[in-house]
Amino acid sequence: MQSLVIVAHGSHLNPDSATPTHTHADTIRATGAFDEVRTGFWKQQPSLREVLRTARGDDIYVVPLFISEGYFTERVIPRELRLEGWDPELWDSEGISADTATLVAGDIDKEVHYCGPVGTHEAMTDVLVRRAESVTGDPKVGEVSESADSEARQTESDGGFGFAVVGHGTERNEKSAKAIEYHTERLRETGRFDEVKALFMDEEPEVDDVTDHFESEDIIVVPLFIADGFHTQEDIPEDMGLTDDYREGYDVPATVDGHRIWYGGAVGTEELTADVILERAADAGADIGDAIERVRRKTNPATQAAGD
Amino acid sequence: MSAVESALSETQLVTFRETLADEPIEYDGLAAEYDAGEETYHIETPNHRTSVGADDVGSVAAELAAYITNWYFYTQQVSGEITQAFCRWLEGADDRPVPDRYDALETGIDREWGQLRVTTTLAEDGTRRYEVRHIDDSDADAATLTTHTDPFDARDIGTLDADGQYRPLRTAPSLDAGWIFPDLTAGEVYEAVEAFYPATVVNWHREQRGDLDIDHWRDEQDRQSGIYNLITVLPDEAVEWAAAACCDDSQCLKRREWELSEDEALDADGGDGVFPCREPCSMVVAAGREWAKLEREDTQTYEFELTPSEKEQLEEIIDAVADDTVDEIREADLDEGANRYRVRYLREKRFDGDGNLSGTPTGPDGDDNDSTDDSKDHDE
Repeated sequence: MQSLVIVAHGSHLNPDSATPTHTHADTIRATGAFDEVRTGFWKQQPSLREVLRTARGDDIYVVPLFISEGYFTERVIPRELRLEGWDPELWDSEGISADTATLVAGDIDKEVHYCGPVGTHEAMTDVLVRRAESVTGDPKVGEVSESADSEARQTESDGGFGFAVVGHGTERNEKSAKAIEYHTERLRETGRFDEVKALFMDEEPEVDDVTDHFESEDIIVVPLFIADGFHTQEDIPEDMGLTDDYREGYDVPATVDGHRIWYGGAVGTEELTADVILERAADAGADIGDAIERVRRKTNPATQAAGD
Repeated sequence: MSAVESALSETQLVTFRETLADEPIEYDGLAAEYDAGEETYHIETPNHRTSVGADDVGSVAAELAAYITNWYFYTQQVSGEITQAFCRWLEGADDRPVPDRYDALETGIDREWGQLRVTTTLAEDGTRRYEVRHIDDSDADAATLTTHTDPFDARDIGTLDADGQYRPLRTAPSLDAGWIFPDLTAGEVYEAVEAFYPATVVNWHREQRGDLDIDHWRDEQDRQSGIYNLITVLPDEAVEWAAAACCDDSQCLKRREWELSEDEALDADGGDGVFPCREPCSMVVAAGREWAKLEREDTQTYEFELTPSEKEQLEEIIDAVADDTVDEIREADLDEGANRYRVRYLREKRFDGDGNLSGTPTGPDGDDNDSTDDSKDHDE
């Protein structure tokens, strides 16, 4: 019997914080790739302390639904799960290459596979692209020659798009910037977007000045965050000038300083994130058959009708 | 014995015989074995004993058949030791023998788990079915309740209370009513209860087996890092107040089993809940951090001018907020100290323009006390 345990932050204040965790758990549960899918939280129930005892499998894969390596993935989660002999060195990572470590969890006296965080997996780049597609409503966004008919580019622009990946910055976690830079570089390498830049909330280059950093008239802005909350729904929209008051909402796209800002909100809410969780478990040895392919098909608007 | 004809299905018969071919069965009052030499099945229950050939197993007396379907259900249809134990608890399996239970299951056996009422009933073949609803809806016509079939819906039902407020503590006694899961399997009822009250069944089961691991307050203190390190300075007497404030049955349905330490019990009532609380939860730790900050302040003597009724009114306001009875106070009931008009009147009379009670400043130089404002670490 094979169990997947998704561990996440959760919140005492914001019910939306756990929504992506639950949604992705449901998506993965529906594939049948695991005999059970459990969720555990730092701030909600079941707690990280007790989630493993709710899992009944012989092979347990723990995937942190976190953006970066750092305090939570290296210290809090292993401590709360009681991973015996845990040492961040086991991941042998400088910040973006944590894969898996197999350790006995003291809570259940059983081995578990403790995976690297979702946010630093290469497949997360695909989720950023998918979010760009969903926020513009254009599955070919950025591919200029392919998408001349798109509503998203029926503008006076040249059809090219800039892409800003937004993170907290290093003030809170020095490794969080590494995850942002990593995906920014990967997005750049696709050649699909005219400009790709990393912006931050609390350090330069700041998301507040987003329009200063791009030539492109159309700019897609996606925070590399797991869940929507205070930062992604209040701070960032106001800081970018999409709205004076987040409670009044904002347009997508919203025009700021002559640029159209396509603000996508937290990338972790994108359905395709379930795929990255599966990739993490598969990398750690989980036998998940064709679940990755099925989730990719099911969460893709272009193939949804044909999906299962 | 019930009117239910407990005829055994072909699948049940085959499984029964195949199991006995390997080893004898002893389960819940049923003892059975196969004598290969005589090709005879010996089946015994507290009130019956019979020996039959293979062809006659299917036509044993109804009571024997009930014991066999009971064995079949629990060993073949319920997977996992914890779900089995929970389902047995739901029908009071340890309290009455199978025939009595089968009689009771015809109309349904009710058990309460937090604010859930779980009713177990029996299909003809011995399979149990489970209905779950809010205890406040015990007498409601099922047709008036919103029907759910997916046990994971419980997660969404439990997210907000009846006023639409977020419930960060799923074991708080604020579960909204008005829904029903009319027909769940054993596996599904486990999942629904797990979704309503995460990890409560597994901790209850550990407690039943006598191996519940309890982490006391001092263990919790020792484990913290980051911003929660601060709870290490929370005075012991404050832990007592915190437990009384947060862990009372009126606030959380878990039964608090953790103490200050293994050798230092807390005086606060741990509650009467069915399922145990084995360590301070994240809500208590977060609150403890806040109190640790507040308890760093020294007391100060203030002089306020209040009438005796006003002094008592302040006490009534605190009680009303602490006991969550503010909404119960009628708009025109001015006898109540926490009545809105009474409180607004008090504010008009006793606050100065800066919101100071009786015009008395909080700090010696008239400053507001904002030393505990630490908005940057909102919900870490």
